[in-house]
Amino acid sequence: MSYRRRKLPKLKPGEITVDKHDSNEKTIFGFWVYLMTDLLMFAALFATYAVLRSNTFGGPAQRDIFNGLLVLAETIILLTSSFTTGLGMLALARQDKNKVVMWFGTTFILGLSFLVLEISEFWHLIVEGNSFQRSAFLSSFFTLVGTHGLHIVFGLVWMIILLIRVNSRGLTPGNIRKLTSLSLFWHFLDIVWIFIFTIVYLLGAAR
Amino acid sequence: MSWFFGKLTLDALPHEWFTIAGTAALFLGGLSAVALVTYYKRWRWLWRDWLTSTDPKKIGIMYIVVASLMLFRGGLDALMIWLQQSLSVGNSHGYLSPNHFQQIFTAHGSIMIFFVTMGFLFGLMNYIMPIQIGARDVAFPLLNTLSFWLYVAGAALINLFFVFGGQFAATGWLAIPPLSELAYSPGVGVDYWIWSLQISGLGSLLSGINFLVTILKMRAPGMTLMKMPMFVWTSLCSMVLVLSAFPILAIALLLLSLDRMFGMHFFTAGGGGNPMLYVSLIWTWGHPEVYILMLPSFGIYSEIVATFSQKRLFGYKSMIGAAVGITLLSGLVWLHHFFTMGAGADVNAFFGIMTMVIAIPTGVQVFNWLATMYRGRIIFGSVMHWFIGFVFTFTLGGMAGVLMGIPGVDFEVHNTLFLVAHFHTMVIGGALFGIFAGITYWFPKVTGFRLNERLGKYAFWSWIIGFFVSFLPLYILGFMGATRRLDHYDASTGWQGLFIVAACGIVIIGFGAALQILQIIVSIKQRKENVDATGDPWNGRTLEWSISSPPPVYNFAVIPKITSRDAFWEMKQSQEQPAAKYEDIVMPKNTAAGIYLSGFALLFGFAMVWHILWLILASIIGAVVCLIVRSFDEDTEYVIPAAEVAKIEARRNHRG
Repeated sequence: MSYRRRKLPKLKPGEITVDKHDSNEKTIFGFWVYLMTDLLMFAALFATYAVLRSNTFGGPAQRDIFNGLLVLAETIILLTSSFTTGLGMLALARQDKNKVVMWFGTTFILGLSFLVLEISEFWHLIVEGNSFQRSAFLSSFFTLVGTHGLHIVFGLVWMIILLIRVNSRGLTPGNIRKLTSLSLFWHFLDIVWIFIFTIVYLLGAAR
Repeated sequence: MSWFFGKLTLDALPHEWFTIAGTAALFLGGLSAVALVTYYKRWRWLWRDWLTSTDPKKIGIMYIVVASLMLFRGGLDALMIWLQQSLSVGNSHGYLSPNHFQQIFTAHGSIMIFFVTMGFLFGLMNYIMPIQIGARDVAFPLLNTLSFWLYVAGAALINLFFVFGGQFAATGWLAIPPLSELAYSPGVGVDYWIWSLQISGLGSLLSGINFLVTILKMRAPGMTLMKMPMFVWTSLCSMVLVLSAFPILAIALLLLSLDRMFGMHFFTAGGGGNPMLYVSLIWTWGHPEVYILMLPSFGIYSEIVATFSQKRLFGYKSMIGAAVGITLLSGLVWLHHFFTMGAGADVNAFFGIMTMVIAIPTGVQVFNWLATMYRGRIIFGSVMHWFIGFVFTFTLGGMAGVLMGIPGVDFEVHNTLFLVAHFHTMVIGGALFGIFAGITYWFPKVTGFRLNERLGKYAFWSWIIGFFVSFLPLYILGFMGATRRLDHYDASTGWQGLFIVAACGIVIIGFGAALQILQIIVSIKQRKENVDATGDPWNGRTLEWSISSPPPVYNFAVIPKITSRDAFWEMKQSQEQPAAKYEDIVMPKNTAAGIYLSGFALLFGFAMVWHILWLILASIIGAVVCLIVRSFDEDTEYVIPAAEVAKIEARRNHRG
């Protein structure tokens, strides 16, 4: 591709789609539409959680299983990973391949540590006898938080594959498009997590 | 061996008359198809020209073929339901066991909505919508084949229970818990239902994204939103609803399957579960779904009535307003499906009023269509027959709907055959007649020759007479108190006569369907007489008629410049010939990725039904590997050189 070494004009943060080619614009727009449908799925899960949160059926409520330190750590890690994604996209706008790999690699490690913490949280709950089978509240808790976790898993697999692609093929238009979509996806997961943090954890602990 | 087969055992193989018959039908049908293709040495042609094609025109035709097959399957179910209901009275218990009867009406509903109506609509949309906006393709060709093949995988899975398991869900088409929970439906029937819907629903969602982006981003230069043909507008509205409703269906099905597979407690009777939550979730999808089915048909009627009245569509802007209004309102009425669940008078009143308000935009559309006909030079062919039949039945069904929108009335007729009659009036008289009208209307575009008019009119009269003979008795039965899904009733009710009349109706409908098949066969035989060499057999108004029939793979050799609504009509009036300066055209290559991915989806669904862990993992890994391999293939397009385009166009114009 001819513009790989081209010096690009300075971009504003929202303008990271380097290639103004038609199909690129369509893909990014289509990806936004997909994100909105995914958001609706989370909305349905949040609604389910709101309906079932007090149906503890003699089991623990959210405040009984609340582990503030763990959740705070998870939140900070995920927010930081969103920040490193942003740095990666800035590096992409400068066509700096090594920095792109570095920042997305950092994001990957942060995402993986988030996942480890979440799995350990789930594991402890299950070992203590508070599994998703215990009550409707725990079913909805595990499903809402777990669906977010599955999205993180998907994002991590995607990230690994993209990093391999970027390493082998450089910052091709296809890779730029895919990195842009991935960064949107990652920020999206971050936003969903903010809602989980507030509605599930903080509101749950408050009462 | 249970690690290998999961819950699947030898007992699951067919051993009842209907599963044996179903299995035999599937195998014989499959075998004869394979034999035919092999005999005529068409495998390569089939694979290269059709199955792996990314051409939305071919995908559209394949959708319609599969939907027709499923219509046959669903129609057979309907026949069995009515036969049982006219026989099973008093001391006689008919020829079906109650459990088997329940499976049949569940399958009938699910198939007709998900695999017939949706299939036909996506088929027509695939073929027509890109041409109407002056585009060569849809936004994401690979996604388009994937959507189609996921739909096929879902259709395959819903028929697979004949072979493995021998039972379908016996829960009604929406599988309301706690009946659909493991405690009350321990078999695999509900799981087949869940996964076939989940897989085909994913396909619909991807189509929704694809078509929305296509309509918003790929219109020919000059075609502003307010110059789009009505069918494109209603497709857009329908896709917006797909995008807002299908995610909720996916979640409702997911939560139900989590209950059944992992012992969770979302909708269970115990453990703190809330079955009413499921009802609310499923109808938050279910009501918009009704309009997802109706809106494209509204668009088809708008195209037809303008063309065959040889007039501009009356009230184009109010038509769009009405379509958008229906789209918005359809998200505010889902509670009218369960007024009796006890939400309270205020909530019921709100949803009752919103339900009745929907009659206003639909009324606007009906009056606009009639006003378009007023003082038009109407060509009263079979296409217009379907339209007039629709106006009549749809208005009737709509009034029944408004009636039921009154919560007080709904308490009386809830769950009766009155309701069944109402929604069949809407779906058959509204959506299905529109599909038939659309198929008749666009058939010459697809094939280059018209359908036989006389047989088309006979088919129409059989359908509409059969329809009223079938469903008017159901309205009456509903008022007499007959509930839906009855497998047996007492002789003293005096209902049997009406049930027998209704059963006669479906025979007439079946006769109409047979006439339609005959119509296609006869039309192919007489294609020389009905040939249309101009590409514009009806003196059409929109862009699809400006190109030759059948259209070349790239649709438009030169992308047209749009200056007004009814673009082709204006071109004909101004006698303006688009300058024939051809350029290289970039088109998407064929791909089998959609087939492979859907194959893994089918395996995944099957493994989830039977709890075969290794197959679940294997199919997920297979699908992911497939996606990765595909993502490394960046050579997905090919170029048709300008000289080649000129040659193809010259050949086509010469013929015309």
